[in-house]
Amino acid sequence: MMLELQDLHVSYGGIRALKGVSIQVNEGEIVSLIGANGAGKSTTLRAISGLERAQSGKILFNGEDITGKPSKYMVQKGLILVPEGRLIFPDMTVLENLKIGAYLRSDRDVEADIQRMYALFPRLKERAWQMAGTLSGGEQQMLAVGRALMSKPKLLMMDEPSLGLAPLVVKDIFSIIRTIRDSGVTVLLIEQNANAALKIADRGYVLETGRITLEGSGRELLSDPAVRSAYLGKS
Amino acid sequence: MGVFLQQLANALCVGSLYALLAIGYTMVYGVLRLINFAHGEIFMMAMYIVFYGIGLFLLPWYISFTLTILITALLGVISERLAYRPLRDAPRISVLISAIGVSYFLQNLATVVFGGRPLTFPEVPLFTDVISLGGVKMQRLGILVPAITAVLLLALMYLIKRTKTGLAMRAVAKNYDAARLMGIDLNRTIATTFFIGSALAGVGALMWGLKYPQISPTVGSMPGIKCFIAAVLGGIGNTAGAVLGGLMLGFVEIMLVAVFPALSGYRDAFAFVLLIFVLLVKPTGLMGEKTTEKV
Repeated sequence: MMLELQDLHVSYGGIRALKGVSIQVNEGEIVSLIGANGAGKSTTLRAISGLERAQSGKILFNGEDITGKPSKYMVQKGLILVPEGRLIFPDMTVLENLKIGAYLRSDRDVEADIQRMYALFPRLKERAWQMAGTLSGGEQQMLAVGRALMSKPKLLMMDEPSLGLAPLVVKDIFSIIRTIRDSGVTVLLIEQNANAALKIADRGYVLETGRITLEGSGRELLSDPAVRSAYLGKS
Repeated sequence: MGVFLQQLANALCVGSLYALLAIGYTMVYGVLRLINFAHGEIFMMAMYIVFYGIGLFLLPWYISFTLTILITALLGVISERLAYRPLRDAPRISVLISAIGVSYFLQNLATVVFGGRPLTFPEVPLFTDVISLGGVKMQRLGILVPAITAVLLLALMYLIKRTKTGLAMRAVAKNYDAARLMGIDLNRTIATTFFIGSALAGVGALMWGLKYPQISPTVGSMPGIKCFIAAVLGGIGNTAGAVLGGLMLGFVEIMLVAVFPALSGYRDAFAFVLLIFVLLVKPTGLMGEKTTEKV
């Protein structure tokens, strides 16, 4: 098991956002976490990446207890988050954004990895010297993913990668997620676009007001009547 | 013509000094969204440190200057560690009040430790000798100050634009969460920013003291507030803007006094008039960008 959350509780500003979340992610999987707004999806990922402090419960990564460690430690261990809203650095160039993704690396392969990102996202190569803030929403999402991959992660977490993007671009993003998994990076995905997220997922979890209410394979959840009516708009 | 050139050189010198100090304000604002009101007092402490270094311990000026810049930089880092870092998650206004507290604390500390009587800044002939350049008579400082400032600015620009440390500083200035997700250590980057800003204030203080050789516990207040104005003029958060604002302030001040000598008593007031005027026309400062407030 690569990542395991054990009964994770997180509160901030007096609100109990997570009330005992337990999930597991195996190496090589795509796992989707779906749920409504405010269910605690983002909080879960923020807690794993060290941006939010866990009140109780444990986060295990490859068997090591990493609960309460700073974000830097998570990145070093190979855990990376592509945050909600992408949070690229708008007044740095595309190239600088990729370079900062490799901030903690000092090996000599950084340059080669930048070329790899250019191959994966040709648009980024065309715009390498442009300020990242001038990119379109889809390109910014590609950049955010490329920046995260520059840290050589073992587990890539993505928070709403399709948010605000045109349907065609969303399709691209999901096919890239598959490519990333096939290259050996495990993916933990949260999405409002439950349909697309469950379709590419090996397994999925449904999060409701801070608790996991359902889990199963992507196909099982897609055909689950409760999921269909609540998240897929089908009956 | 000679007089005009003399004033021009003087304006460049004063403007450079303002620029050195203004950078500290703008850099700290960049990473903390804080107007560091204690910056002028860090500047003042540097003058005392060098006074005691040369006067009391009889150190040669170059050793004393180097030590002073180092100690001043550390003083900035310590002030951040003790007065700002514990308030990292507090509302901005609390940090601002803390900064005002540090400012008054240092002023009073200096009064108690060094005494309130004005002291005279040591003379360093290499800088203070009067030379004649193309009919313009001035202290060697007149050339050295702009030259040293220019070198430091180029080094700073290189650091910000081309090094990993600079990349981290720019990331922290943009978004804490995004910076942390890259594996950047927030506290270390902020400390580095204070180190650099305070070191520049130290250099500024040394050259200021050579030019205006009087030291007192309140000597940092007026330069402090003027350089804050310079930083706002240029667009706070923008390093190049701070330099531009500093130079502009120096030129306007010196030239107005040169053209209307009768108004020389209002010299300090010009700075504020200029500030009000620029803010009315361009509220974000000359090179400031429109940004949404960080939440």
